[in-house]
Amino acid sequence: MHVPDGFFDAAVSLAAGGVAAAGVAVCLRNARRELDDRTAPMAGLVAAFVFAVQMLNFPVAAGTSGHLLGGTLAAVLVGPYTAVLCVAVVLLVQGFFFADGGLTALGVNITLMAIVTAAVGWAVFRLVLRVVPRRSAVPMAAFAGAVVSVPAAALAFTLLFWIGGTAPIDVGAVAAAMGGVHVLIGIGEGLITALTVSSVLAVRPDLVHGARGLTAPLVLRTAGGETAVAATEEPARKKAGLRPLLAGGALVALVLAGFVSFYASSSPDGLEKVAGDKGLNAQERDHPLGGSPFADYGVKGVGNERLAVGLAGVAGVAITVAAGGAIFTAVRRRSRDGEQAKA
Amino acid sequence: MGGGHHHRLFRHGDTAVHRLPPQCKLVAVAAFAVVVVATPREAFWAFAVHAALLAAVAAAARVPAGFVLRRMAVEVPFVLFAVALPVIGLGERVQVLGLSLSVAGLWAAWNILAKATLGVVASILLAATTEPRMLLLGAQRLRLPSLLVQIAMFMLRYMDVILDEARRMRVARESRGFAARDLRQAPVLARSAGALFIRSYERGERVHLAMLSRGYTGEMPVIHDLRATARDWRTAAVLPAAALAAAALSWSLL
Repeated sequence: MHVPDGFFDAAVSLAAGGVAAAGVAVCLRNARRELDDRTAPMAGLVAAFVFAVQMLNFPVAAGTSGHLLGGTLAAVLVGPYTAVLCVAVVLLVQGFFFADGGLTALGVNITLMAIVTAAVGWAVFRLVLRVVPRRSAVPMAAFAGAVVSVPAAALAFTLLFWIGGTAPIDVGAVAAAMGGVHVLIGIGEGLITALTVSSVLAVRPDLVHGARGLTAPLVLRTAGGETAVAATEEPARKKAGLRPLLAGGALVALVLAGFVSFYASSSPDGLEKVAGDKGLNAQERDHPLGGSPFADYGVKGVGNERLAVGLAGVAGVAITVAAGGAIFTAVRRRSRDGEQAKA
Repeated sequence: MGGGHHHRLFRHGDTAVHRLPPQCKLVAVAAFAVVVVATPREAFWAFAVHAALLAAVAAAARVPAGFVLRRMAVEVPFVLFAVALPVIGLGERVQVLGLSLSVAGLWAAWNILAKATLGVVASILLAATTEPRMLLLGAQRLRLPSLLVQIAMFMLRYMDVILDEARRMRVARESRGFAARDLRQAPVLARSAGALFIRSYERGERVHLAMLSRGYTGEMPVIHDLRATARDWRTAAVLPAAALAAAALSWSLL
């Protein structure tokens, strides 16, 4: 999914660069709060781990294999801020040293693969855990997070492609193809993520950032048969409040924006215009996301298109900011609550 | 914490390109990439000029063509995508060798192929003539946040260690008859990944403690003084300036 140079026009590349820089700056501040002066070595080693895990190929179906993106896995294991930093550094290193992914597309790559996957994956993960706050639910939550995060990144890619892609493919086809393929990849990603998290949870539950506060308290048994429960490291979460709703709402908004905007601006003549692509459309119908509004959709008519593109730009930025902001404030407040309760 | 694991990427040498301060080269390559992306795709000759410029840099740095070609393999997935574009693209179609191809798709395929290839070659030349550590120090001089630079440095230093651990796990798996045929084998791979994470994380903790015992305060001391003279900047500017001249000429001709 590494986007090369020349795939997006200069405006989108620059805008995505701005979004990526802002996101990384936020994560730098908060990761320092999470890890203190351990940030550099720990995040560096986890980045090396993400790099190694991306080389782990797993067979998806006959003949094809996929590899882990690792955004959600890193978010569950070390926390969302550190995860964004790790994946962003992996992408930087891949871009500059391995020529994998274009230098002008670095902003797009970091936005899609580091920020969107980690933020969406972490939001879904927290949401599932909020419904089922048990340690045994952590792998399941990680599965859900990873499954949603990969198609979400693909959808974000489609949105960017719609605004400033250079290839003349109709956006519906891109959405269907990207969505369909990435739902499959997402299932593989989710499976591996869940199994990896559960194996770490079995050996070193203290290392799983997403399972903090869910581990059973330490029980001390003396020789005399008395038992005492040790104080838990982190107090149980109070004040669940509005936050899961906010995070969930932002996520739903993101998904809806993808779908609804396609409905909103599809014009009737799009159906005839893509008749030449019948073979392609027939294939896309097999995809889980390849419903008819996607497969036969095409943006036609200049005025309409400009309006739609402008709206999409505003909506895309607003949604990204809203989703990111909601998740970041939710997590930051929670950690502050924890600190105050400890003090 | 030795550097020298990056023989695959870096080629030792003592040419004018190797000696340039890393921050100058970084700016030059980034500017070159931006100019390439901004060049209109109809100007074939401008892309030829860009390619000739890169060939001149490669010749000046004594980087053999075979080395560059071998490393260009990373581009393959997008080449496949670009080849598919004329077939699935929209709009007016043209008959080429009995195939019905989209004109806009052909243009887009050419656009992506040319720009991506030039970008990839520029990055390869940058990595081949600059030590990874120096490249990161150069990025720090360009005001990239020092924490980000430190994370990248730790990643580069330990990447080979972690990759070696992953490789040993793979050898152990395969010597016990393991072969990943379908998704049913995923639990084994996932347990390897879990073990790898625990090893990486614990190594990170040990590294941190070792650094604390050597007086680490959260900042890495800068030993190299990477100062670039005006002459260095002028030398580095030759590549993007020449590319910009070609691009500007193609803009005015359109």
